[in-house]
Amino acid sequence: MENFEPTIVAFVCNWCTYTAADLAGTSRLVQSPNVRLIRMMCTGMVDPKYVIKALLSGADAVLVSGCHPGDCHYINGNYKARRRIKLVKEILTQFGIDERRLKLTWIGASDGIEFAETVNELVNEIKELGPCEAREMMVV
Amino acid sequence: MANKIGVYVCHCGTNIAGKVDPPAVAAHAATLKNVAVARDYKFMCSDPGQEMIIKDIREMGLDRVVVASCSPRLHEKTFQKACARAGLNPYLFQMTCIREHCSWVTKDPDEATEKAKHLVGAAVNRVNWHDELHERVAPVLPDVMVVGAGIAGIQASLDIARSGHRVHLVEKGPSIGGHMAQFDKTFPTLDCAACISTPKMVAVAQEPNISLMTNAEVQEVTGFVGNYTATVLKKPRYVDAVKCTGCGLCLEKCPTKVPSAFEEGLTTRRAIYRNSPQSVPNTPIIDPDHCRVLNGKKCGVCEKFCPAGAIDYEQKPETVDIDVGSIVLCTGYDAMDPTPMGQYGFGRYDDVYTALQFERMNNAVGPTGGRIVKKDGTPPESVAILHCVGSRDKNYHEYCSRVCCMYALKYDHLIKDKVGHHSKVFNFYIDLRCFGKGYEEFLRRVQEEGVTFIRGRPAEITDRAQCPSEEGKLIVVAEDTLLSRMVRVPVDMVILCTAMEARKDLPEVARVFGVAQGQDGFLLEEHPKLGPVSTSTDGVFIGGTCQGPKDIPDAVSHASGAAAQSLALAARGEVTISPTTSWIDPDVCIGCKVCIGLCPYSAIEFDELRQVSVINEAMCKGCGSCAGHCPSGAAQVHHFNQRQVFAELDGLLKVVPRVKEKDEEAGTPPAPAEAAEVEAEVTA
Repeated sequence: MENFEPTIVAFVCNWCTYTAADLAGTSRLVQSPNVRLIRMMCTGMVDPKYVIKALLSGADAVLVSGCHPGDCHYINGNYKARRRIKLVKEILTQFGIDERRLKLTWIGASDGIEFAETVNELVNEIKELGPCEAREMMVV
Repeated sequence: MANKIGVYVCHCGTNIAGKVDPPAVAAHAATLKNVAVARDYKFMCSDPGQEMIIKDIREMGLDRVVVASCSPRLHEKTFQKACARAGLNPYLFQMTCIREHCSWVTKDPDEATEKAKHLVGAAVNRVNWHDELHERVAPVLPDVMVVGAGIAGIQASLDIARSGHRVHLVEKGPSIGGHMAQFDKTFPTLDCAACISTPKMVAVAQEPNISLMTNAEVQEVTGFVGNYTATVLKKPRYVDAVKCTGCGLCLEKCPTKVPSAFEEGLTTRRAIYRNSPQSVPNTPIIDPDHCRVLNGKKCGVCEKFCPAGAIDYEQKPETVDIDVGSIVLCTGYDAMDPTPMGQYGFGRYDDVYTALQFERMNNAVGPTGGRIVKKDGTPPESVAILHCVGSRDKNYHEYCSRVCCMYALKYDHLIKDKVGHHSKVFNFYIDLRCFGKGYEEFLRRVQEEGVTFIRGRPAEITDRAQCPSEEGKLIVVAEDTLLSRMVRVPVDMVILCTAMEARKDLPEVARVFGVAQGQDGFLLEEHPKLGPVSTSTDGVFIGGTCQGPKDIPDAVSHASGAAAQSLALAARGEVTISPTTSWIDPDVCIGCKVCIGLCPYSAIEFDELRQVSVINEAMCKGCGSCAGHCPSGAAQVHHFNQRQVFAELDGLLKVVPRVKEKDEEAGTPPAPAEAAEVEAEVTA
């Protein structure tokens, strides 16, 4: 689709990915402006309804990103997130939303470069996919 | 009554204003619902910037504040305090980052401004749903625990103990001193390592405020800043420390020999052993893996010969719980094992040594009595020292290990001094990093002693001679990059400057204390520039090489820094705990108990009378695991509840009128019809 600029919401954990985003900013790593961050204390705090609400409210994709497994600031919040996100993906497919619109990554506090790369890659992926199916199918 | 929100958009000099249009963002904010005032200013974090907020709160009766500037990780507290000074609860404030996540990373100014407008809209929406929250004050226990008794742990312990606070010093090994106790001399002064560290080690042993536990490990830590409980396993020594006189007879008589880790495998020790005659504590220890008696076989020689009757095979491990206010981790480093680097022949050739092995060789109580000799006992006529083995190497560790250039120079000098000035010494280096006090001067001195420096990382060490002069030697094959020529240098001995890496057990240590490791494996400091001794876990500090490669002066400074910060907590006697804990609405909770099993801090209890789950605020750290999972939405984290997040989402995704419409309609500003529709309603 030409000129389609996706809107992507990212739920990022305060201790790892938010810090990595800060580092990417301090290092002036150019990123596509389509990704907007919502600061959570932990990916374990990300309720599935936030993800679904985002996709139904106009987001074309959702990124959930936190500490690497084993490194969660709150010990195991990211493991819970991993399980939840897997289930949410299955629900999305049942509703006809491409499961690639929900992405879960682990980005540590010192991984500024990885954060910038993840953002840019995701934007390109979603540009290919096009606008979220929810906009066409549902009364949003 | 509707809220009155004040919105402040920072220019941050040109950091934000260089890409984002702050006046346009402020103008957009002014059109949003409940926004009473929207301003932009050059430096919001400055005194006049903060005063602007305070003035507006007082004069306009603002009850919510939004600041759009840098990362909240930098100035959230600054603006929260400003609100507090004006009489507004600091949690009725929301900060959004339009610098690190916007102006600094977006190429197109229009796109950056549009993104900033969305971020501000999200913050404005969210702040409507903020509640007043009050921080809790908790007492701080006066004792401190220091984990690891190398030079960093020793320094931290002495600093804290001398302030009057009690230190619980836990050391995994049988004696204190760490790697420094293995060294012979230290650069650049060539002070004997033992001579400068033993006074501190003895001070630790004699300091009444230090409770030293060797052969002990911390198994578990519970609690929160100011109130930690550490469970320490004190493993049995099988020697009664009170009765033992340190005579050392047992060490001579034990029939079992085991490769010695302290001697870096160069020689053996007995099953009953101590690291060195100067060890603190001086009491020997029996290795339960190798002692014949402890493995059910016949022996008992040490018990028979001990004149003090100090051997006690029946000693049992002991577990103690220790309550402390803060913890300082000084767990040290490991030297990399170069065996995987087959091209250097470590483990294949007799006379290829690691740096730590060479230290033990030079040490007067080491395996050779301080003489530099090859495996066959003869002194080497020529020695090659290879820098950066495993460091500055994409295949192993990208970082520089910081100390190797300096100790390589130290070895140059020791070889010239002990073997003789006729000995040929070759350094194969990439750069010479002599950054500290007296370091460059030391390099000059070593150069003047006639040491050869070849700039090039060797390709291999081989014993395949290509000419008579190479027979019986180890040949270093390298490129001399300054001459642009391949060289083959035959030597008698090779020393590898192996990388300083994170200890193998560090992931377990990090897990127990709730701290993180960085990409390089070392413990992650709170901030690389301004927070080198603290971690993201309040009350847990780090000192010495566990945070990253450093030499002894830096390790000592670092440890003192960590001690100072832990003392700040202990001296204050109290600490404010964040109120962003979880709360379970008893009217909504259905008593399913799912949250209880999910809580990593066991902070949720079940109230049998009311049949609902209840959060223990003292233990809760606000991680949100319970809230993320609660099927009824009863569990919500203060300051991160669902109403707030939904509102933030709404603001993020609301369509913002495009700037271009302004020009199209002959200069009239666009009707902000859509923007005014911003609702604070939430469909639950």
